[in-house]
Amino acid sequence: MTTAQKQTSQVVEMITLVVDGFEVTVPKGTLVIRAAEKLGIQIPRFCDHPLLDPVGACRQCLVDIEINGRAFPKPQASCTIPVEPGMIVKTQLTSPVAQKAQQGVMELLLMNHPLDCPVCDKGGECPLQNQAMSNGQSESRFEGTKRTFEKPINLSSQVLLDRERCVLCARCTRFSEQIAGDAFITLNERGALQQVGIYEDKPFESYFSGNTVQICPVGALTGASYRFRARPFDLVSTPSACEHCASGCDMRTDVRRGKTLRRLAGDDANVNEEWNCDKGRWAFKYVTAVDRFTQPLVRNAAGVLEPASWPEAIAAAAAGLTGQRAGVLVGGRATYEDAYGYSKFARVSLGTNDIDFRARVTSDEERDFLATYVVATTTTYRDIDKADQVLLVDFEPEEESPIVFLRIHKQVRKRALKVHAIATKLSIGAEKLNANFVKVLPGSQSDAIASQELTKLSVILVGERASESAGTLTAVAVLAKKSGAKIAWIPRRAGERGALEAGAIGNLLPGGRPVTDAAARVDMQSVWGVETISSTVGRSTSEIFAAANEGKLDSLVVGGVDPLDIDNSAAALAALQKAFVVSLEIAPSAVTELANVVLPVAAVTEKSGSFLNWEGSARVFDSAVADSNNRSDLRILSAIADAMIKPIGIATVSATAREIATLGVWDGERSTFSKVKAVAPVALAENEAILTSWRRLLDLGTLQKGEGNLAGTARATVAVISPTRAAELGVQNGDALRISNSVGAITLPALVEDIHDDAVWAPRNSLGSELLAKLATASGSVVTVVKA
Amino acid sequence: MTELTPVLSAHWDEKDSFTIEAYKRHDGYKAAKKALAMDPDELIQIVKDSGLRGRGGAGFPTGMKWGFIPQGDNKDHYLVVNADESEPGTCKDMPLLLANPHVLVEGVIIASYAIRAKHAFIYIRGEVTHVVRRLNQAIEDAYKAGYLGKNIFGSGQDLDLVLHVGAGAYICGEETALLDSLEGFRGQPRLRPPFPAIAGLYARPTVVNNVESIASVPAIILKGAQWFQSMGTEKSKGQTLYSLSGHVANPGQFEAPLGITLREILELSGGMRAGHTLKFWTPGGSSTPIFTDEHLDTPLDYEGVAAAGSMLGTKALQIFDETTCIVRAVLRWTEFYKHESCGKCTPCREGTWWLVQILRDLENGQGTEEDLAKLLDLCDNILGRSFCALGDGATSPITSSIKYFRDEYIAHITTGGCPFDPVASTLFETAAK
Repeated sequence: MTTAQKQTSQVVEMITLVVDGFEVTVPKGTLVIRAAEKLGIQIPRFCDHPLLDPVGACRQCLVDIEINGRAFPKPQASCTIPVEPGMIVKTQLTSPVAQKAQQGVMELLLMNHPLDCPVCDKGGECPLQNQAMSNGQSESRFEGTKRTFEKPINLSSQVLLDRERCVLCARCTRFSEQIAGDAFITLNERGALQQVGIYEDKPFESYFSGNTVQICPVGALTGASYRFRARPFDLVSTPSACEHCASGCDMRTDVRRGKTLRRLAGDDANVNEEWNCDKGRWAFKYVTAVDRFTQPLVRNAAGVLEPASWPEAIAAAAAGLTGQRAGVLVGGRATYEDAYGYSKFARVSLGTNDIDFRARVTSDEERDFLATYVVATTTTYRDIDKADQVLLVDFEPEEESPIVFLRIHKQVRKRALKVHAIATKLSIGAEKLNANFVKVLPGSQSDAIASQELTKLSVILVGERASESAGTLTAVAVLAKKSGAKIAWIPRRAGERGALEAGAIGNLLPGGRPVTDAAARVDMQSVWGVETISSTVGRSTSEIFAAANEGKLDSLVVGGVDPLDIDNSAAALAALQKAFVVSLEIAPSAVTELANVVLPVAAVTEKSGSFLNWEGSARVFDSAVADSNNRSDLRILSAIADAMIKPIGIATVSATAREIATLGVWDGERSTFSKVKAVAPVALAENEAILTSWRRLLDLGTLQKGEGNLAGTARATVAVISPTRAAELGVQNGDALRISNSVGAITLPALVEDIHDDAVWAPRNSLGSELLAKLATASGSVVTVVKA
Repeated sequence: MTELTPVLSAHWDEKDSFTIEAYKRHDGYKAAKKALAMDPDELIQIVKDSGLRGRGGAGFPTGMKWGFIPQGDNKDHYLVVNADESEPGTCKDMPLLLANPHVLVEGVIIASYAIRAKHAFIYIRGEVTHVVRRLNQAIEDAYKAGYLGKNIFGSGQDLDLVLHVGAGAYICGEETALLDSLEGFRGQPRLRPPFPAIAGLYARPTVVNNVESIASVPAIILKGAQWFQSMGTEKSKGQTLYSLSGHVANPGQFEAPLGITLREILELSGGMRAGHTLKFWTPGGSSTPIFTDEHLDTPLDYEGVAAAGSMLGTKALQIFDETTCIVRAVLRWTEFYKHESCGKCTPCREGTWWLVQILRDLENGQGTEEDLAKLLDLCDNILGRSFCALGDGATSPITSSIKYFRDEYIAHITTGGCPFDPVASTLFETAAK
């Protein structure tokens, strides 16, 4: 317990009560059912869920209660009654009345429940099945006709409902309304015909719908991708961490005979509580996709990639890198340990600071901001819980870090937390947070930021897209200094924060040590056992590609980077064509065709390690798939380094973790941040607009490959323009809109919404709106918008 | 011999009784005018002193309910009139609103002023289109007369009255389900606390009163708490509407002091239908345990009925003579509860589904004595285990009928069918003879 927690618990009034003859002391406001849990007394329940408001609907948790000698005339639902001093609770263990009441309710619940457990996905892990055994009678007295329904029906492409099995506990509907803020499902009809339903023609398209499947206490809600696939007792479960974003969800991965069959949200009160998003839950098939590399490939003299043995491939890679001017590009999906491996490999084996984890639009302002305000700092979910205001800057939590969204939403619902969203377009997520929408022209965020009134209890959540407009991060830094507000930088990818801490960026060594600081270099020289580390700030992603094109770099080590994530992808592809490329990948990509050596690496479920989430907190996971032959990036880099006779000496995750632990935190000077001025908006000709975009949670992302059911719940691809522009163009909702520039064009249905008159918004990487691939730009540039 | 004491129903026999002119002819809206010149707390005290208790069934003291509303809290307060009269056999509020809608409007004005509400709502069941029309007209006329709207009666007070028509659900008579329905949600009872007096409609302090309770207020204000207290029994003050229906010579509304007996009402009304004898009856709708002829002299007030093992409820006296099969009657009621169960809680939702199946078997002669035991045990698992009183009410006719007429249930089992001629119990058959 931290000091802060101790102080909080001291002010909470404690109440002592007696449950089944045992005294228990709990904080005021605790429900009887949870006070009993504290004693290890399990009262059966269905509708009760600790993170949902009490409803008292299923009546399974009835107990006898007496307060200071005054007994309730009838059994009470222990999930709805807060404890009181002098309370004496008798559960089914000591009260025959409670026991009979519970058995009676259980019999009624089972009365209309089908006896299809042998074919039900929930069979074997079913709260109804389990509690019927522990708190029910062995025989039912019901001899009548059961209620029947067609089974199952689709609530969305991903969630199926079997109404016969439903016990109407309303967990799913309450979750959707209270936690996700997506009241897309509701209870319809009445009596025994009551059922969960969707609005006409409006499916259950919530980013969080999978949680309803997980908290359903029966087999009524099932996920289309897991239905009829496995029995729970055939699965091997491993605690894991989610690799899809920087939220850092605790997860559980269930594997049968080497194949991941499902993933569930794990419990971590400090991070994801008990929830996760649908991408984290349902996007895992990319690991087992048929096109995974099975062995290394080396380009032969004829220029053809052909299979090679590991020793051959390692030797080829080492030969291509030894003595060359090389740069390292490590995508944001590397684990903390892998990123550390790349960082050390660049400095020790390649002797360069030319390394960047940012496979996206970057700026030097961002690089300096990260070194000054982000690395080795800790802003956490708890800060959101305590914040007086939350300011979102170029950050759409629902799309880019869904658990951050849930956490803010919780506080908005609980205590009307004030949220301000500085954004180029009003989003569904911001509306659900009841955010004060500060509309800005893309590129002109800094003035809006400067006018915010924050306090030292406020939290500024700034997204990775802030690098796309000059001056934004400067304005954030100034605002934080003026108000004392905390800054949290929330990238999209799971590995970026870890890579930052590992020094996989040109201006930093591990632990936030500036490369320009001699003492910092000495620290790392001694740990790594090298004589020198370059004091020159290394190149950024786009600078590395440019240098390769200009002949200033000979070789590139590329780990999990998609050239199409970079705004100037043509330059990236040209550089890959020109340089000697060692590619570490799980499956073929645009890099593969241009690589000289391709080294297959392990996917996240096949290795152990950790991600540092946006808080900088380690999300450690073990290999979920036992006996995988695939090797981690770290192991492969280590082998190459050995072959180069410039060893990095960290072939395993545990060795790396030990080495990182010895580093400690940098206690020297942080690098200073140089302010950057915003660029004045350009003048627009008729039909011109400034493009703005962000990535949707569900889109064409590589890690969502093979998940058709999941893709079915993605939001519609639209181009958003303001009412003024729509009137000028004579465009209405749904009309085709053509967005073009000198590179190419896309045509999308129009949506007229609250956006700056001079801007147009489109999803960055959705079907039909692949901005980087089609227009070679994603934001801030001028495009032509016309009615198609 | 207790006399009838028509107050609410005093002028129902006048052709234009429902108009504002007729209402004003009989001192209409004088009470409101008087009340608006008084201190609101004084009004609450008068209603407390009168001993008026809720006429919707539970009998909670009306003045006390008004007194629960926190004053000076800078929040909007609401008055909601429960006109969702749905209890089987209950038919007092609808005739009252049909014949004398203005007495409710006037009661609303007084009650709203007392609890400092600027908005009042009448939630009326959707099936009674003719009553809705009359009430709408009455509200419109009251607006025109300046009794509703801005600066009513020139008092400086504002009051808006909204008539909301329900979509036809018994559960919406339960006050918290009513509030949910009024807010636009599905009508399902809410978890309490918070009680409506603290967080009711739109989470604001709210009084929910039955039509008859509010309609009783104008006379109390005009004639005084003493006058009201002079009627009724020790703890059940005033006069009330008894709704007589079923196998009687003259069904209808009989307004009498609380504490009158069924024997007296039958004598006043003309007795059972010719040639028949009383078999069983409900004192206050189907959710109150049934009585038999041994209860003819039970005083029909809150305490008297409770002492005899039932509840005064809505004072819906449904009378059944010896031609009625008890099993069949109970089955019909149970089918009603199954149809009206909102589905929120397990015991009521699943229990009523099952009860109907067992009762159907029993009525058809396909039941067994074990079924009878099962039926009682099932009722024990529903009563006091449900979320609201609907589930409790569903068990009342079953347990009370088995208590008084067990032999008749057994007869269905032993003879393999219903020993009654269902035609004999119908009223139209009697007319044909």
